Amino acid sequence: MQKTAEKISDEKWDLEIKPQASLFNLHLKDVWNYRDLLGLLVRRDFVSFYKQTIFGPLWFFIQPVFTTIIFTFIFSNLAGISTEGAPAPLFYMAGTVAWNYFADCLTKTSTVFRDNANIFGKVYFPRLIMPLSIVLSNLVRFGVQFLLFILLLVYYMVIGNNIQPNGFIILFPVIMLSMALLGLGLGLIITAMTTKYRDLAFLVSFGVQLLMYATPVIYPLSEAPEKYRDLIALNPLSGLVETFRYGFIGSGHFYPGAFLFSLTTSLVVFLLGLIVFNRVEKTFVDTV
Amino acid sequence: MSKIAIKAENLSKAYQLGEFSTGTISRDIERWWAKLRGKEDPFLKIGETNDRTSKGTSDIVWSLKDLDFEINQGDAIGVIGRNGAGKSTLLKVLSRVTTPTTGSVKVKGRIASLLEVGTGFHPELTGRENIYLNGAILGMRKAEISRHFDAIVDFAGVDRYVDTPVKRYSSGMYVRLAFAVAAHLESEILIVDEVLAVGDAEFQSKCLGKMSEVSQGEGRTVLFVSHNMASIKALCQKGILLKNGGLAFQGDVNDAIEKYVSNTKVTSPEDIKRLKGNGEVQISNILINDSCETYANIFEDITITIPFEINNIGKRKLEFFVIIYDNEEQAVLSFFQKDSGAFTLIDETQRNGSVSFSLQNPLKPGSYKVSAGIFDEHRNFLDWIDSNTLLNVESNFHYGGPFDNRAGNIFIPVQWKI
Repeated sequence: MQKTAEKISDEKWDLEIKPQASLFNLHLKDVWNYRDLLGLLVRRDFVSFYKQTIFGPLWFFIQPVFTTIIFTFIFSNLAGISTEGAPAPLFYMAGTVAWNYFADCLTKTSTVFRDNANIFGKVYFPRLIMPLSIVLSNLVRFGVQFLLFILLLVYYMVIGNNIQPNGFIILFPVIMLSMALLGLGLGLIITAMTTKYRDLAFLVSFGVQLLMYATPVIYPLSEAPEKYRDLIALNPLSGLVETFRYGFIGSGHFYPGAFLFSLTTSLVVFLLGLIVFNRVEKTFVDTV
Repeated sequence: MSKIAIKAENLSKAYQLGEFSTGTISRDIERWWAKLRGKEDPFLKIGETNDRTSKGTSDIVWSLKDLDFEINQGDAIGVIGRNGAGKSTLLKVLSRVTTPTTGSVKVKGRIASLLEVGTGFHPELTGRENIYLNGAILGMRKAEISRHFDAIVDFAGVDRYVDTPVKRYSSGMYVRLAFAVAAHLESEILIVDEVLAVGDAEFQSKCLGKMSEVSQGEGRTVLFVSHNMASIKALCQKGILLKNGGLAFQGDVNDAIEKYVSNTKVTSPEDIKRLKGNGEVQISNILINDSCETYANIFEDITITIPFEINNIGKRKLEFFVIIYDNEEQAVLSFFQKDSGAFTLIDETQRNGSVSFSLQNPLKPGSYKVSAGIFDEHRNFLDWIDSNTLLNVESNFHYGGPFDNRAGNIFIPVQWKI
């Protein structure tokens, strides 16, 4: 028996379950093997959202429409904040649609361990699948809302407003990817840090709300007071939201420095999130 | 020589008891500091074996401790042990839900684990959607699920409901569908926790049939945890007995069960509750098949033994009786020695003794407690005790169908005249 055991140890094992693997072994191949699950989870989120409703996916419209109406009323009509010449509803819808995508990615991924503790405790699959599916589900949701935004854009162009989408529109996919990476990365870090001590989780929900005001969503960056402008530009989201709005409705400016800063920050945060998440996913079941 | 499918070396898993709060953070910092300096975790050193009953000094316990074993390809292994012996922790480590604290497991082939039936089922989705989702969660590719789709629906018997949301399913259908998905996994190793406790007896026997088909017919390795010794016997050839996180025995399944049962042979005096009696003669224990916890099938021969001690020595005529209660404290059967016209005579030289009788177990599947007592010749109680002796009658599927749902609690074999 001893001899065979030694002989076999030379053979290749398919899997070795050990206490800790290397910090940078991210099991990305495993994630790829489970890509069907990713698709099915996205489908699940989408389908279960509008099951037993009459209007179905139309409900995705409700939130941005009402937010836009209220923002227009408060910030434009009451507070009189400039929208740099763009029609107020269009300006706010561009901001909220883009912002919502980031905020949804962040808040939903930041509770992924806690929300899925039951399923994670019963079956193995690459844990990263779950946050990835959230980001993709949100992308579907964003897609629907984005459609609404485009309709509004076309409407304003048809009725003759001076709206000039420009070449920066081609940065759109990059902006979306960058937002996804940033939201996901931050979410992964937060969820990994809250498995044992949940204190941080309380910060997230209102932290995201506050962060919105530190991002040029309801105001253009150029309108921000001079002394805070650099500070706001340090927020990696500023470059993204600003560029998104500039590309589509031509309102605002393109700040190359802020934009590049946003991209690199997103990438760094995402990689950091991956590593932290990967480290925690192995034993979080014992502490969550 | 068959090949090894799973090999565990020094496998250990520590758990921290108690709540996590501000109190635990200082210790976390201490551990982190020790790790930073490359030292051993200071708190694992003081870990204790997982004995739930004694209040230990440390709140780190070893749920698994230095486990070494090898499992050959194609074996069906029954994992047994008391509650808290580490069975579920072992399965969790093997199915990669959590990682071991030290040691390693090497595995050849794909592992599919079924620690719970219906993990990831979404109530709003239809049966069809859930089959795909659940299959993917368990590690199947979409094409694989499509290939087995009809077989899954067929096995679960939910053909008509396949496009209805599973929240409208009866709980039985839900469980059947969930097991059906798992049963059709194409993995080399299948890990099954006590999931068969749910579902009716007919379905349980169907599942066991499917599992033995998987292990014997297809040559896949099966690890099976259950408290139902009859299904372990039926399904597995080999057994692993865990005790307090360690390996107590590995080998033939019958030996493992034997060892498991004999572990529980001794009743402590606290487990005996004296109901009546003057104490002149006292029953010291009640044993079924020489054990305080017995697993028996229906119609299997069992022997009930009552050892007793004589405190007030003298010549006496004793008359014993035994009452069997179900788990709702209802008496289901009683036996009186005088019914057979017999009694037990003791004389001045005797200080202890024992009586016993055998019967073909007539009880419906379930768990039973036994009580016994002694009268003297004037029908005065010498003793009457409630013991913790358990008779577990297994849900049985060998006699052409389960007894669980039959009318009545007691079954006697009779000769039918045609």
